[in-house]
Amino acid sequence: MTTSAVRHALRDNLSEDAEHWLAESIDAVAADPAKIRTLFPAVGRKCGRGPLTTEHEELRGWSVDDAVRVLLLSALSARALVSEINELYRYGDAAEKRAVLRGLAEVPIGSDGLPLVRDALRTNDTRLVAAALGTYGAEHLDASGYRHGVLKCVFMGIPLAGISGLAARADPELTRMLRSFAEERLAAGRPVPADVGLLVPEFSDLEA
Amino acid sequence: MRIFDPHIHMTSRTTDDYQAMYDAGVRALVEPAFWLGQPRTTVGSFTDYFDALVGWEPFRAAQFGISHHCTIALNPKEANDPRCVPVLDLLPRYLAKDRVVAVGEVGYDSMTPEEDTAFSRQMQLALEHELPVLVHTPHRDKLAGTERTLAVVRESGVPPEHVVVDHLNEVTVGLVADSGCWMGFSIYPDTKMDEDRMVALLREYGTSRVLVNSAADWGKSDPLKTAKTGAAMLAAGFTDADVDKVLWQNPVDFYGQSGRLELSDVDSEPTASFEGNSILRGARKD
Repeated sequence: MTTSAVRHALRDNLSEDAEHWLAESIDAVAADPAKIRTLFPAVGRKCGRGPLTTEHEELRGWSVDDAVRVLLLSALSARALVSEINELYRYGDAAEKRAVLRGLAEVPIGSDGLPLVRDALRTNDTRLVAAALGTYGAEHLDASGYRHGVLKCVFMGIPLAGISGLAARADPELTRMLRSFAEERLAAGRPVPADVGLLVPEFSDLEA
Repeated sequence: MRIFDPHIHMTSRTTDDYQAMYDAGVRALVEPAFWLGQPRTTVGSFTDYFDALVGWEPFRAAQFGISHHCTIALNPKEANDPRCVPVLDLLPRYLAKDRVVAVGEVGYDSMTPEEDTAFSRQMQLALEHELPVLVHTPHRDKLAGTERTLAVVRESGVPPEHVVVDHLNEVTVGLVADSGCWMGFSIYPDTKMDEDRMVALLREYGTSRVLVNSAADWGKSDPLKTAKTGAAMLAAGFTDADVDKVLWQNPVDFYGQSGRLELSDVDSEPTASFEGNSILRGARKD
């Protein structure tokens, strides 16, 4: 995915005022990276927070403010990028943190965004855990980190349909972990989440 | 009865409280930043707390059908600790956020010069961020503290209708009524104000510019005091509309001045029945 896909998706989702605000804000951030510190938190109020209407598969589940914030991130200069993104995440509310996690795949940050992904995976906030397993997390987490992220999603009831990289990264160890989790649930007389069946054949007939 | 508790410290409360509040009609609340009983000793301890107020606590509240907002400030007590004061430099980052509907709690604890400085500086931050202000009045020497509070408000340039002066009682309410500021009352089991005294004050001063809160926190307090005050109002002959004005419309009007109240997904029909609601009931055993 590229930021042009995000830009394209936003075309049908912003009012004229919001489009104008976004264009001005991108220019402001490009000229002075510190401007993002007040513009980034204001996005929901200026552009809306509804679901993003889009045909881009990778943007499914995004909100309008996610997409706008990702464009603001992509306007940061290379020199300011890592420190500003770290601070936006550090001082962000849940919506800002989610947008940073989604934006990591759209900016040239290399592996420097990985500590943010790991932080999000430690939280108990389903919005952040889900966003941590987006494109960037799926590409950069090591095998153990990715497996534990997927297991945590199933544990917390986050649908696996919304996370990235499952087809490429699922391995026998992840299957073992999910099977063990399912057996624990059965032993307790509790229901097994249907998503377990995506990777563990003997649970594949569970109803969603 | 739909209820908006304009001052309650949910960080210190349990999920049972959230459920009981929902069942009693609470659909929205504001959690002011205050002290936590145990003193903080670093700026990082504050920012972690603020992060919870804009992140984790709204998430918790939403699971019980309650819309959570907050106010952000360095409280007067900890404004006296030089290890905490530098947090003032970080407040602008938080005052820019969604659901941050006021600067607060600011004001006085022991009326020290350090408290003067932090109070005035945060009034200026309120002006810069176009936010209302929630002012705490001291537990001791309350009348003098309230007079001095109103003087600071006048000097600040913040319009009185953007300010609520909280924890008022029979002795301090008159001053605030005359100032044009909003009058805040914290209904407590033993101290501050109780339901019946509150009803008497509503009879004397009317229902305008009045906010009634539980101010429930980590001490002996009761998150259902808003609902109990509503019941006391009805028993004393106030109408459903009066109760709705005090317990819902007034907080919406006051904090709505921030432009950051988000109540669009709140189920807040004044006459709604809460019996049929299924939020978190029966579905989960853990």
